[in-house]
Amino acid sequence: MTLVGWLQISLTLLAVLLAIKPLGLYMSHVFAGERTFLSPVFNPVERAFYAVAGINQNREQSWIAYTFGVLLFSIAGFLVLYGILRLQDILPLNPQGFPGVAPDLAFNTAVSFITNTNWQSYGGETTMSHFSQMAGLTVQNFLSAATGMAIAVALSRAFVRSNMTTLGNFWVDMTRATLYVLLPLAVIVALLFIALGMPQTLDGSFTATTLEGAKQIISTGPVASQEAIKQLGTNGGGFFNVNAAHPFENPNAFSNYLGVFSMLVVSSAMVYAFGQITGNRRQAWALLSAMAILLIIGIGAVYWAETSGNPILTQLGVDPLQGNMEGKEIRFGPAGTALYAAVTTGLSNGGVNAMHASLTPLGGLVPMFLIQLGEVLPGGVGSGLYGMVIFAILAVFVAGLMVGRTPEFLGKKIESREMKFAMLAVLVLPLAILGFTAISAILPVGLAGLLNKGPHGLSEILYAYTSAAGNNGSAFAGLTANSIWYNTTLGIAMLLGRFAYIVPVLAIAGSLVGKQKVPASAGTFPTDGPLFVGLLIGIIIILGGLQYFPALALGPIVEHFLMLSGQTF
Amino acid sequence: MLNQLRPAIVLTLSLTVVTGLLYPLGITGLGQTLLATQANSSQIKRGDVIVGSSLIGQNFTSDKYFWPRLSATSPDPYNAAGSSGSNLGPTSAALVERVKGSVESLKTAGATVAIPADAVTSSASGLDPDISVDYAMLQVGRVAQARGLSPEEVSQQVKANTRQAVLGIFGEVGVNVLALNLALDDLKK
Repeated sequence: MTLVGWLQISLTLLAVLLAIKPLGLYMSHVFAGERTFLSPVFNPVERAFYAVAGINQNREQSWIAYTFGVLLFSIAGFLVLYGILRLQDILPLNPQGFPGVAPDLAFNTAVSFITNTNWQSYGGETTMSHFSQMAGLTVQNFLSAATGMAIAVALSRAFVRSNMTTLGNFWVDMTRATLYVLLPLAVIVALLFIALGMPQTLDGSFTATTLEGAKQIISTGPVASQEAIKQLGTNGGGFFNVNAAHPFENPNAFSNYLGVFSMLVVSSAMVYAFGQITGNRRQAWALLSAMAILLIIGIGAVYWAETSGNPILTQLGVDPLQGNMEGKEIRFGPAGTALYAAVTTGLSNGGVNAMHASLTPLGGLVPMFLIQLGEVLPGGVGSGLYGMVIFAILAVFVAGLMVGRTPEFLGKKIESREMKFAMLAVLVLPLAILGFTAISAILPVGLAGLLNKGPHGLSEILYAYTSAAGNNGSAFAGLTANSIWYNTTLGIAMLLGRFAYIVPVLAIAGSLVGKQKVPASAGTFPTDGPLFVGLLIGIIIILGGLQYFPALALGPIVEHFLMLSGQTF
Repeated sequence: MLNQLRPAIVLTLSLTVVTGLLYPLGITGLGQTLLATQANSSQIKRGDVIVGSSLIGQNFTSDKYFWPRLSATSPDPYNAAGSSGSNLGPTSAALVERVKGSVESLKTAGATVAIPADAVTSSASGLDPDISVDYAMLQVGRVAQARGLSPEEVSQQVKANTRQAVLGIFGEVGVNVLALNLALDDLKK
């Protein structure tokens, strides 16, 4: 680790910190339906859409109707995307003449993109036509993110309203998130990305004659437009097989900083918008502090582990100065690589600028553990916020148990109905992750996909289901996941991780919105101070640690000690 | 809840048009007009011939060229139509064997110092355009001999083609192998 490296990390995070307030404020105006400087452009578009769709934008929905809206919209998105992938051979913009995508892969990919996971069982440049990338994948990069934001906004409203039954209108919230927030940001970031070197062309590839006279076919395409929303919407599905490690998808250190910034900014600003909507900005900063503390520890841990290098290679005469360089690119440097690895997993982005499979055991443990902590650091756009609110509810419940009072959060009493739904949501992840990992680790069809042997093989499986259920999308890509077994089970894990979480969250919102808001009294546990931040961090770590420590001990932790003793597999 | 079918269908299709066609095609139009070099994949031409992209590494095996990092793409290294890393874990015997082989061949070729890690590891994309200054310096002797130049002349070119960090902070020091080899080829003309 170097001072300059930490400076790069700190300045990138500082830029995010500075953007949180203005963007969060703007977003809170958008979701309140107020006029913003973009209204002259988008208000007519929005109204036209509502007119054709038969939406009355002033008519709000109960939690059940809101949930149905989310589910129907996701199903519609799935069907359109699945259709595009299957039929890409007869659709336009297929310069490389790729065939239609196979059924199991199309299922996996469509589920992956509607759940904001963006797991890639495929290599983009060898599988997807430009039409699939643009009208299929890019669209869901917007819409799955906008859906997450809408749900978070609905939950936020539940804390300010008393004795009501409605949470807002899903169609309006989702459309506004897309048009007013994600689209303008994507235009700006995409143009900056092109300026930094990213291609944006409808050509499929070109052939270069190398200096030694060989032919090199170089795949290219509309990369920047997809990369921008991939980062802003915390999607992570890359244009190319190796994602943001590809020089076209991440040309230099500056596109790397901008990529990390874009991943973090909307998700973090969403938390500020929560504070603004609920009228308690201190609460937003408390949640952001808890997220930042855990995320920065994660960044530091990857940075340390990767610069410590691989002692087995040092033994062979390799200079340990550069640290572990297998599966890494020169241009990002150790700090830029560690920053990306931790942020992409603390968020539910899942893009990678290094091959996580080749990280050191502890360097690989951190991204896996950050996903297992629940994708709340600061998590996916919207999904991170509602995940964090669930943890906050658990934290006040634990605090309530300690002092023997009914727990409250933001003036709403947390009672058994909310706790049941919160536990339901929290338990989905370990069930999907550990359940599927255990099955795959004993079935021949699961073991057939492994590249690495020994504990690293278990890590490949564990990482895959962690990533899928956490809706992250990064991978220990040694695993050959493009098989019927993995495409199907990972698809199911993604669906559980998304929808078995969303429904309880909206049920909690529906329950809270019907309650009277109680004013704070002397007996109220303050949830916007350092004590609560500490408690919240404790809850997140204890839950994650208790659930996953045994599995992690058999994978990365034992591999770390075997690496120190020089054992190979 | 059938009354929500219409918004689901209409908004899915209309937002697909906006975000899946108007947005990427609009960005393509702007990119091609305002930033044509980058938008067209940063191609490098010599005369009418495209010799590569300044962002994409290419394979070099001749002694007179600087060699890039190892590439795990298949079927050939530096296949820019199918990016891939090795995905070998830190305790992989295959990784250790491969590194051992690379270290030995570099030592046979005369390397006396500790081997820079990037010289014996494969990059994430298999297309890394850069190598470290240490690895470039390790190759100066071989390239100079093959080209009949003095080592000073060649290391001068390495220095001239080394990318420095902006303000000493932002960005990573590295040498673009294709740019360096092009500079060496241009030298003799």
